[in-house]
Amino acid sequence: MSRHKISFSVNGERYELEVEANQTLLRLLREDLGMTGTKCACERGDCGTCTVLLDGEPVKSCLVLAVEADGRGVTTIEGISKGGEITPLQRAFIEHGAVQCGFCTPAFIVAGEALLKRNPHPTEEEVKEAIGGILCRCTGYRQIIDAIMDASKKGEK
Amino acid sequence: MKKYSYVGKGVPRIDAFEKITGTAQFTTDLKLPGMLYTKLVKSPHPHARILKIDTSEAEKVPGVRAILTGEDAPYKLGIYICDKEPLARGKVRYVGEAVVAVAADTEEIAEQAVELIKVEYDELPAIFDQREALKPDAPLVHEELGKYRRAPFIFPQPSTNIANHFKIRKGDVEKGFAEADVIVENEFNQPQIHHVQMETHSCIGQWLPNGQINVWTSAQSPFAVRDLLSIALDIPRNKIDVTVPYVGGGFGGKAGIHWEPLVVLLSRKAGGRPVKLVMTREEQFNTVAVRQGLYARVKTGVKRDGRITAQELEYLWDSGAYADYAVNVGRASGYSCTGPYEIPNVKCDSLTVYTNHPYGTAYRGFGHPEFHWATERQMDLVAREIGMDPLEFRLKNAALPGCITATGEKLAEDAGRVDECIKAVTKEIGWGKKSKKGKKPRGKGIAALWKAPAMPSFTSSSAIAKLNEDGTVILSIGLTEIGQGTPTAFAQMVAEELQIPIEKVKVVNRRETDYSPYSWQTVASRGTPMDGNAVLRAVEDLKRQVKATAAQLLGMPENALTIADGRVFVAREPERGLSLSQVATCGILPDGRGIRGPILGYGYYTAEGLTNLDPETGQGLPALVWTFGAQGAEVEVDPETGEVRVLKVVTALDLGKALNPLLVKGQIYGGTVQALGQALMEEFIFDEKGRLLNNNLTDYKIPRAPDIPDKFVPIMIENPQRNCPYGARGIGEQVTMSVQPAVANAIYDAIGVDIYDLPMTREKVWKAFMKKGGR
Repeated sequence: MSRHKISFSVNGERYELEVEANQTLLRLLREDLGMTGTKCACERGDCGTCTVLLDGEPVKSCLVLAVEADGRGVTTIEGISKGGEITPLQRAFIEHGAVQCGFCTPAFIVAGEALLKRNPHPTEEEVKEAIGGILCRCTGYRQIIDAIMDASKKGEK
Repeated sequence: MKKYSYVGKGVPRIDAFEKITGTAQFTTDLKLPGMLYTKLVKSPHPHARILKIDTSEAEKVPGVRAILTGEDAPYKLGIYICDKEPLARGKVRYVGEAVVAVAADTEEIAEQAVELIKVEYDELPAIFDQREALKPDAPLVHEELGKYRRAPFIFPQPSTNIANHFKIRKGDVEKGFAEADVIVENEFNQPQIHHVQMETHSCIGQWLPNGQINVWTSAQSPFAVRDLLSIALDIPRNKIDVTVPYVGGGFGGKAGIHWEPLVVLLSRKAGGRPVKLVMTREEQFNTVAVRQGLYARVKTGVKRDGRITAQELEYLWDSGAYADYAVNVGRASGYSCTGPYEIPNVKCDSLTVYTNHPYGTAYRGFGHPEFHWATERQMDLVAREIGMDPLEFRLKNAALPGCITATGEKLAEDAGRVDECIKAVTKEIGWGKKSKKGKKPRGKGIAALWKAPAMPSFTSSSAIAKLNEDGTVILSIGLTEIGQGTPTAFAQMVAEELQIPIEKVKVVNRRETDYSPYSWQTVASRGTPMDGNAVLRAVEDLKRQVKATAAQLLGMPENALTIADGRVFVAREPERGLSLSQVATCGILPDGRGIRGPILGYGYYTAEGLTNLDPETGQGLPALVWTFGAQGAEVEVDPETGEVRVLKVVTALDLGKALNPLLVKGQIYGGTVQALGQALMEEFIFDEKGRLLNNNLTDYKIPRAPDIPDKFVPIMIENPQRNCPYGARGIGEQVTMSVQPAVANAIYDAIGVDIYDLPMTREKVWKAFMKKGGR
């Protein structure tokens, strides 16, 4: 296995590292950088609990090699709330009861933030599509969808 | 005085902040100094003798610290029957069974070592169907069944594949059938399925050279892990400390004990280094415990006027290779076997049967969603046979207060009302009115439900409420947070009882057996009634202690004092009092002398009045509290493709008191969608050699956001129960229980097709529709 130097940012902080060619972004984040808010639950792109933003776009980090992040910016759940302030979407998740066991929650927050940035006033169908790649076994998605819709409405004011 | 009213309000979860910021820690997130990583060698055969295991090449790999085979771990495990060992020993009993475990410095090294281990097998005849397994010439999955240690209420039959035979004999079924005008008999099937918790089974074990064992695990019940580990390894409880951080979904699959003994034994072999095991998703399907399959035969005798005179039920559970919880699933489903109806003559045989499939365990509902599939389909089929409306038929036979259950229990006045639930659902779904016309055929279906916590007759829970120096409170419980949110309801209860803001109450967010108060298990929807009662009593004890100290300081009798708003004061003279902080650590007399001491409230609750059931008749009292309910579905069926779109699901539960309606809704939405997965898409598909073909989330589909019903309607009916906190019953399992039959009954209403076997895939619905002539 060959090692490669990469330079990239995570949540605005710069990192210069050497990584194995076969290392995934997911493993790099969780194991080397200790950012365990991003979860690992299938490692084949099915469950979406490893969703992070790569240059603002949601990706399943188990399907992205660490070397592919070279020169790019990654946002994880740890970078969503800045300076101790939670975002309107995070607040909506609390108010709507969109959280149960919490294992998939970071992925839904990250994907929801990306959706609202790209499309501040999504329809319910657009919300379902945007989070359709992330699995949750507890909530039945209803309150997650409600939280994202509510945060988008609050964004209007 | 401020009136805090937390109980009954949709208070946001107390653990939400950690979970929305990704700071909540799960077992999979933990990393300890010197930690090793585990990989497993698994059986490629469904049933085979292990002839030889060669680990010599693997041992040479640098970084390999311990290799364990079944011969190194001859410890019998099990919650009701001790029939399993940490690794297969002597023979393998299912494809995917763990045979050898390697602990190494990295996962990669462990994986490399696993590939170098050679296991020689001698294949044995295997059995994949519970009915086949009952035949006299069937191969035996457990030759030693008669020798296993077991719970006194479980009855394995040596020299057969029967792990448990539970019987109900109420009245005289032959007489009941003779009285019937019509007899209807049907068979129903359900495959094995998986919980698909998002966090796979994960644990870390450490066996220090001084004999101290430490475990961190994604488990529902830390005290059960400690208990069963202690029994299996013959280690005293005070030498075992089990920690449970947040759990990424349990649904029953993480109850009892699972992989904790394996990592502990690996650690011992590795000189005490902590050893972590995280199941891959594939292993979660192949190797980890699953939900048992069910074959059910239901024979019902009924009068033309709609009264059921007799019912004979046969439940055959495909427990797979080991019994684990499946024996008690068979027992609990047996004593609830009729569903929420009073039937004068009942005969039920509920058999838990070994096969060479993956092994069964508890799954949300504990057998009840499975048998309700049979009994609630049967209710519609029988109603049709006698030309009666399924609603009227259900109400006519409903188990109301005063009725006698299959075990001979007379339902108490405060037992909850299934009739109110059924009526609420039918009203909401517009029963009797045609569905609005869609492009495709639409239909409506209903089904009722009941369940009581399935547990031994004597389980207990406890809680500790500690008053801090500033008047804030820390509540410690033994019940874990697995997503259900019960700790939030407990915080509401403490705030309510002490009349303080909820922000002043903290519920300790992890469980550790060395520090946490005991709770039997986080299962069976028992947390709200049982641990809830313990919490109330702990707060009561705390208040009593506060009053005892304050009484001395104020020179007033204790019964003249009241506690609210962070103060203890004379009820008739509210200005005369003390802040809670003035009594938290001790009271101080005017001359400076200290009296009494730190305040620590303790409370417990033990299930009251339950008894063992007669082994021959099943008569006795198994149920602490029944939760009754009903569910209704409206569906649209595409006759061209067989696709079933669920338009609306209505759930009505007599939950006694909705302690937190926001959390109740969350349970109903989540439980409904989980049950729709079971209804429409989920099943284990095996090849002829017992190999699971869909062992990943591409091929084993669970519902995604676009799959949810257009509309959910939760209905909370509140007939309080005397022995429950604020009257509140558990609901976590009940929410999943009758979605499947309600959907099937709606499919019949839409296209006139009867489905008897789950799941109701497009292919199955389409084929059934074609068989009927496609009209």
